[in-house]
Amino acid sequence: MDAIVFLIFAGVAVVCAINVVVRVHPISSALSLIGVMGSLAVIYLLLGAQFIAAAQVFVYAGAIMVLFIFVIMLLNTGAEERSRGAWMARLAGTPLLMALLGILSFVIFWAFPRRIGVHFGAFTGGTVENIGRAIFTTYLLPFEITSILVLIAIVGAVTLGYKELD
Amino acid sequence: MPQAVPLSWYLILSAVLFTLGVAGFLFRRNIITMFMSIELMLNAVNLSFIAFSYHLKQVDGHVFTFFVMVVAAAEAAVGLAIILTVFKNRGTLQVDDISSMKD
Repeated sequence: MDAIVFLIFAGVAVVCAINVVVRVHPISSALSLIGVMGSLAVIYLLLGAQFIAAAQVFVYAGAIMVLFIFVIMLLNTGAEERSRGAWMARLAGTPLLMALLGILSFVIFWAFPRRIGVHFGAFTGGTVENIGRAIFTTYLLPFEITSILVLIAIVGAVTLGYKELD
Repeated sequence: MPQAVPLSWYLILSAVLFTLGVAGFLFRRNIITMFMSIELMLNAVNLSFIAFSYHLKQVDGHVFTFFVMVVAAAEAAVGLAIILTVFKNRGTLQVDDISSMKD
C-alpha cells in the first residue's frame, strides 16, 4: 500500500516537473509546479511529517505560487522565444546533467542499500508540538533572525515596487 | 509487515527533481520560469531533509525544511519585485535581451 501511494505521487511529481521544464508558456509551468508541490506534500505525509506537509500546501502551493501566478498574469507575457544561447546551453548542459544524476544515484544506492525501508507510521515525531519545541529551544536564535529576514524582505519588496522609473 | 518502500527511492526522487530544476534553470530563457526552477530545486532539497529526518528519527530536518520555506517565501517576494522592476524598465522577460554584460 505504501509503495503504491509512493509510486503514484512520485510519478505525478516527476511528470509535473518535466512539464515545468518543457512548457514554453510560464503559466503552464506555474500550474505544473503546483502539482509537484501537492504530490510532495503527500510524500511528506508518508515520511511522518504532518506539520511540514500542511506548511507545504499553505506556504508553497498557496502563498508562493499564487504570487507567481499573480505576477505572470500582471505582466501578461507570451511564450518565450528560442535563442542561440538556449540551444548552446542544451547542447552542453544535457551530458553534464546526466552525469550529475548518475553520480547522485550512485552515491545514494551505495550509501543506502535496499534493506533500509520506510514504514508509514514508524516515525511520528513530525507533530506541531515536537517541531515547536525544537524551534523555540534549540533553534531559537535562527528563528528570531528569520523574522528579521522576513521584515527586510517586506521592506525591500515594497521599496522596489514603489521605485520611480526614468 | 507490509512491503516497505526503500529509503533510496525517496532520495532518488529528490535527485531527479533537483536535476530537472537545474535543467529548467539552464535551458529556459524566461526569467520567471528560471525562478520557478529554483523553487523546484529547493523543494527537492526539502524532500531530502525530510527523508533523512525519518531515517535518523530526529525532528531537526523538519525544522530546517521550515526555515527553507520561510527563506523561499522571502526570496519569492523580493525576486518577483525585482522582476516587475526589470519588466517595467526593459519591457521584456527574456534573459538574453536583459543581459547588459556583453556587447
